[in-house]
Amino acid sequence: MTKHQKKLIVLSIAFAAAFGIVPQVNAMHIMEGYLPLGFCIGWGVICVPFLLSGFFSIQKKLKANRKNITLLAMAGAFVFVISSLKIPSVTGSCSHMTGTGLGAILFGPSAVSILGIIVLIFQAILLAHGGLTTLGANTFSMAIAGPFVSYGIFVLLKKLKVNRRVSVFLAAMLGDLFTYCVTSVQLALAYPSSEGGVAASAVKFLGIFAPTQLPLAIIEGFLTVIIMITLENYAQKELKDTKYLEEA
Amino acid sequence: MKKKDKKLIAAILIVVLLMIVIPLFALKGAEFGGSDDAGSQVVEEISGDYEPWFTPILETLIDGELPGEVESLMFCVQTGIGVGIIAFLMGRFVERKKWEDKKQEN
Repeated sequence: MTKHQKKLIVLSIAFAAAFGIVPQVNAMHIMEGYLPLGFCIGWGVICVPFLLSGFFSIQKKLKANRKNITLLAMAGAFVFVISSLKIPSVTGSCSHMTGTGLGAILFGPSAVSILGIIVLIFQAILLAHGGLTTLGANTFSMAIAGPFVSYGIFVLLKKLKVNRRVSVFLAAMLGDLFTYCVTSVQLALAYPSSEGGVAASAVKFLGIFAPTQLPLAIIEGFLTVIIMITLENYAQKELKDTKYLEEA
Repeated sequence: MKKKDKKLIAAILIVVLLMIVIPLFALKGAEFGGSDDAGSQVVEEISGDYEPWFTPILETLIDGELPGEVESLMFCVQTGIGVGIIAFLMGRFVERKKWEDKKQEN
């Protein structure tokens, strides 16, 4: 790796970090201090291999073509805009979207995990949102599980030759929803109900999160499609570099 | 940009806007609080009075919660920076395409 590329990686990380400084308050990350210690450590350990592969994947992609940084920055910026918007939902409460679908579609899920964890760390420290003790669990749901689902769905639909825009929509939407399903299960594992155990708790948490999140997931899908349409029109070269568009 | 794409984007934006605005009018008087507060309530419901065992570092430092107005300022800054980056890069893409198209014509 040349010095120049190293610099770029550091820059991209600094960029992602700079965004994380800003708060995100009503979001649905697991609150600081709300997970027992064993769970905090467990989820953290699970995240490590994903983060390592994410780091190497970003490194490789920038090495392959350093122009990839433009779209990487764009994907990062998209996450920050999308996740800063708290939107009223049909259930009478507010929530926000994750915005990780775009990055997952363009760069693969592991690369997004790096963007995600940096945002979560800064939020936890500076904004009292999410938390340091729950960082592992939140990283797993927002920066790993969601993007992996987005990516999987996108690849699958591509193989099935579904219309590309429909695939983008479904990938972003289901990834967003899945993030909150994982959060519910994580909370349920830590707080099994006295009657019915983990499953009953999971249903309870899902009952709160899912109806609120569903319309937002749809909105996220729509917004991701808008960005992709625009990029398809104006940034074909970059999209070919990321393998999103086939080489003509 | 193709005309068809422009129309599609406009249509999507209208749908999104409606999806955001309609709950506001449909559910008059609703609180629209954050759903993670609802999450904390369920935790309490399930396991009795739950005392979080760790408080956010920032709240420990300033001895209290982040004031609401400061919070909304931070939100705007976050949105602003993100939009700035996207707009800047998009602007470059758009101009580049114009320039390339022109070059091809000549």
